[in-house]
Amino acid sequence: MQPVATTFFFYFLAALTLAGGVLVITRKNPVHSALALIIALLAQAGLYLMLYAPFVAGVQIILYAGGIMVLFLFVIMLVNLERSQREEQFNKQWLLGIIAATALGALFITIFVRGRAIFPVHIAAVAEESNTQEIGLMLYGNYMFTFEIASLLLLVAIIGAVVMAKKRI
Amino acid sequence: MNVGTFILVSAIKTVIALLVLLTAVAYTVWLERKVVGHIQNRWGPTRVGPFGLLQPLADGVKFMFKEDLVPPHVYKPLYIAAPIIAVVCALTSISVIPIGNWVTVGGLRTPLQITDLNIGLLIILGITSMGVYGVALAGWSSNSKYSLLGGLRASAQMVSYEISLGLSLIGVLILAGSFSLREIVDAQAGSFWGFIPKWNIFYGGQIVAFFIYLTSAYAETNRIPFDLPEAETELVAGYHTEYSAMKFAMFFMAEYANMITVSCVATLLFLGGWHGPLFGAAVLQEILPVFWFLLKVFVFLFIYIWVRGTLPRFRYDQLMAFGWKFLLPLAIANLVLTGLIVALRS
Repeated sequence: MQPVATTFFFYFLAALTLAGGVLVITRKNPVHSALALIIALLAQAGLYLMLYAPFVAGVQIILYAGGIMVLFLFVIMLVNLERSQREEQFNKQWLLGIIAATALGALFITIFVRGRAIFPVHIAAVAEESNTQEIGLMLYGNYMFTFEIASLLLLVAIIGAVVMAKKRI
Repeated sequence: MNVGTFILVSAIKTVIALLVLLTAVAYTVWLERKVVGHIQNRWGPTRVGPFGLLQPLADGVKFMFKEDLVPPHVYKPLYIAAPIIAVVCALTSISVIPIGNWVTVGGLRTPLQITDLNIGLLIILGITSMGVYGVALAGWSSNSKYSLLGGLRASAQMVSYEISLGLSLIGVLILAGSFSLREIVDAQAGSFWGFIPKWNIFYGGQIVAFFIYLTSAYAETNRIPFDLPEAETELVAGYHTEYSAMKFAMFFMAEYANMITVSCVATLLFLGGWHGPLFGAAVLQEILPVFWFLLKVFVFLFIYIWVRGTLPRFRYDQLMAFGWKFLLPLAIANLVLTGLIVALRS
């Protein structure tokens, strides 16, 4: 079957992602922020599905929405919320904020205007059935080095966490 | 098949699947009370209907007409949303589970499954991992110490055991080469030397993966011996302490629906799904695969109840140590071995 109403779903999911993202930083209660982030991540998974990347979408839900966010929520539940709610939510770095926002906006506009020259117009469609296999071959073939660097970084983070958590090793 | 027929067929299948699932949930509860009763030398329900068979109906009516209390100290939006999240996640995952081969009804060929996705297994894992939020948020929004402790325990336990659960399945995925549940079952057709069925449990050391899966699945569904989130002796009722009437029933339904889903996945991945001996007339050959599938699921549900009647509860530190220090290394070792076997064979 052909996909139906793709334009509608794209704008719907994009709006959901953006709304979730905005709510994450504007809500005062951290639990509400975490929930908004979950919604944003789920909508992102939907966008991956629309790009014919079912494996990435599934992993996005399992790892980010289902795994990491549960840990976030777990930590938020343990900390004292009353104190954090009295504290100021935003710090007053107006100048830096404006500079960063302008830089990011300029980047987006450049890509929007010149995007056709930078990105390929047609990407060879990857067969949906062998999508997972293709990703695996890419990761362990073409991008082996980057992949290993990422895992090394994660290992360093794990060791750091253990060192900080344990008094005596 | 045009869009209209597609939607109609899907809607019919969804309604049937939901009805069957909810009936199965109700009668799993009945079976549990009956079997645990007999294990403990009691009768279980006997009063409502023959053998107490109408007991689930009576329970359902009771849940619906009970007063739906909302304690004043709860955070209302999430308190109401939590059981809904739990039950929706539990019921949705049934949509990708195939219970049999293709059937032809009135000239329309359709699979015995709501939808056949090529990432079926990932969808089930994803939805299950979203189900944790129902429990965690129920614990937090109830604003009571027992609920919060239950919710915290549940989220920690589920996240820990999800890893071993996922890793135990990857061995099967490597052997089948697909995420689609239908293709995984198709890969298990046939037999070794004509009499041992070619199910994954007999194949490539996957029996280890099978036991890892079963153990982690018990922890994922919060069942004895891993039912610490609702340990009555310490936490009153854990995360659903503050819930009553239909909201409590939703958590209850979610737990049993999850049990059924887990049993279905175990059947599909390790016990060859609907494969079994076929004989007799053409009509019988159409029905037998579904029968074999349901029989295997029933066996798993029975084991669930049997374990509940037999084993005591783990201590919390034992649970965590068992998950991280025993199951996880074992699952990784199994994965490496399976990969090696597949690599050497090809």
